Amino acid sequence: MTVLVYAEHDNSQLKADTAKLVSAASQLADDIHVLVAGEHCAQVASQAAELKGVTRVLQVNHSAYAHQLAENCAQLVVSIAKDYSHILAAATTGGKNFMPRVAALLDVAQISDIIQIENSATFVRPIYAGNAIATVSCNEPIKILTIRSAAFDAVETGNNAPVETLDVIKEDPRVRFDSEQLTVSERPELTAAEVVISGGRGMQNGENFALLEAIADKLGAAVGASRAAVDAGFVPNDMQVGQTGKIVAPQLYIAVGISGAIQHLAGMKDSKIIVAINKDEDAPIFQVADYGLVGDLFEILPELEKAL
Amino acid sequence: MKILVPIKRVIDYNVKVRVKPDNSSVDLTNTKMAMNPFCEIAVEEAVRLKEKGIATEVLVVSIGDKTCQEQIRTAMALGADRGLHIDCEQPLDSLHVAKLLTKVVEQEQPQLIILGKQSIDSDNNQTGQMLAAMANLPQGTFASEVSVEQGTVKVTREIDGGLQTLVLTLPAVVTTDLRLNEPRYASLPNIMKAKRKPLDVKPADEFGVDLSPRVEILKVTPPQKRSGGTKVSGVTELVEKLRNEAKVIP
Ligand SMILES: Cc1cc2nc3c(=O)[nH]c(=O)nc-3n(C[C@H](O)[C@H](O)[C@H](O)COP(=O)(O)OP(=O)(O)OC[C@H]3O[C@@H](n4cnc5c(N)ncnc54)[C@H](O)[C@@H]3O)c2cc1C
Ligand SMILES: Nc1ncnc2c1ncn2[C@@H]1O[C@H](COP(=O)(O)O)[C@@H](O)[C@H]1O
Repeated sequence: MTVLVYAEHDNSQLKADTAKLVSAASQLADDIHVLVAGEHCAQVASQAAELKGVTRVLQVNHSAYAHQLAENCAQLVVSIAKDYSHILAAATTGGKNFMPRVAALLDVAQISDIIQIENSATFVRPIYAGNAIATVSCNEPIKILTIRSAAFDAVETGNNAPVETLDVIKEDPRVRFDSEQLTVSERPELTAAEVVISGGRGMQNGENFALLEAIADKLGAAVGASRAAVDAGFVPNDMQVGQTGKIVAPQLYIAVGISGAIQHLAGMKDSKIIVAINKDEDAPIFQVADYGLVGDLFEILPELEKAL
Repeated sequence: MKILVPIKRVIDYNVKVRVKPDNSSVDLTNTKMAMNPFCEIAVEEAVRLKEKGIATEVLVVSIGDKTCQEQIRTAMALGADRGLHIDCEQPLDSLHVAKLLTKVVEQEQPQLIILGKQSIDSDNNQTGQMLAAMANLPQGTFASEVSVEQGTVKVTREIDGGLQTLVLTLPAVVTTDLRLNEPRYASLPNIMKAKRKPLDVKPADEFGVDLSPRVEILKVTPPQKRSGGTKVSGVTELVEKLRNEAKVIP
């Protein structure tokens, strides 16, 4: 059996998700290929070759793949799919966008958001915003899986797998990339950070997120948010943690001015340690918090920053 | 221009489900059900396009047992013109739903199909993309802004790094994210009017789609419980605990 892992990257940097996907793949087979589809992404291919367990890196360099358009990427994967028993992508907005197209074109079901692999046909995934955990089995000839990378440990580097260049160009003329607005941040990525501090509606406005950033600076943390904070325009959408945002599982998660709706908990309740700061002692967030601190965040945050 | 909006009946988003004691599935008896929140956003977007004079007809379709007619009526009260209920008792995978919807697309030839990005029960996030692939259409998923202009649709998408804007040639598939719009509430007169709007019912097996299950649920268990609930007295105690007890900060 050979497993194909679809690499997550931005054309210059391999994302940490990929090392976790490879670790998931290694539970399925010893032969693991990584597909790096992008433009000017040779550096990413070399980074993928360093991941322990990878036996071959397939690299496709073309403008058709520069922006990870689903139509093109799905056709590319389908064109090489028959050689694989399983195809894995991260359950990020990238993987979620194109993988169901791959599944449909191959006429197989997809299993989304896998948090555990029981065997080559049996997988565990949360449903109902994580309020239930389903064990499912699937007998499709090719298994199309998206993996929740927070649930897997990264493999180490130190490998030197061969890199092969593919010459498959799939370009759908009906979709055109127009523009993008990417958030630039010096901080670690939310899904890769060891510490995450998130703010909710209780932060009152975007400027007040500076209070969280000051603490994040001291802890090397990423900054996240609840849906309410994003909807209110305090911070950009890519900071949303939850059922329909990003799933995080850091060593330490600090929820500030967040009530703890099930949709928010779905994105952070697998964190090792949870701290909640909220002025309402009955806020549901306290039920999952290892350390709850009742009080006004505007008094607590400056004090906390000083104490660190 | 005709817009097709597939909607799903799901558990109300405020309700916390319980797993059945025999671990076969979740217990939905007497649970409050509603339209999937992302589908509400899809209906709202379609209705707004009609109000702007861009769309001429909004058709909603739901696949499930007859109770999902309730959600079709709700969508019509929100402004959809016509409903189609594809009657099916058995649970379906997203692949099946997408196959049935592909048949509807062939019959109805909509220019735009707007779906929710994700059902809040299965949390699959698959159907729109699968439909797009099978109906051979371009897709704009996780949309936070949609504008239709001269045979194209411009879609701003919420992605992990920020926002991405694509231009798709129509016909196309769009899936909604939370910030696309804020759905309206149905007014009482509109709820009454919706009762008289046309609602077609067709059995799923008339579509010639193989609905045999592809994914089998072996068991459903409750998530691991966290032993939370401990309070600390102040910042000093918090920092001390994080350092010495949890050892998560230096
Ligand atoms: C389909 C769907 C998907 C969703 N997906 C997500 C998701 O992915 N992520 C997500 O987060 N939400 C999601 N939600 C929204 C979710 O249901 C909640 O509405 C949201 O999480 C609430 O955000 P919040 O806790 O910041 O706001 P609120 O619930 O308004 O809580 C604010 C909290 O701040 C506290 N507070 C206020 N002032 C202070 C102060 N000065 N000091 C200390 N505490 C203070 C209050 O006591 C309160 O507990 C989703 C909802 C739906 C329907
Ligand atoms: N049974 C169904 N009937 C109609 N539409 C559906 C059904 N299931 C899923 N959909 C549509 O597909 C979207 C995504 O669902 P899913 O892929 O299951 O997460 C939903 O928001 C609906 O728009």
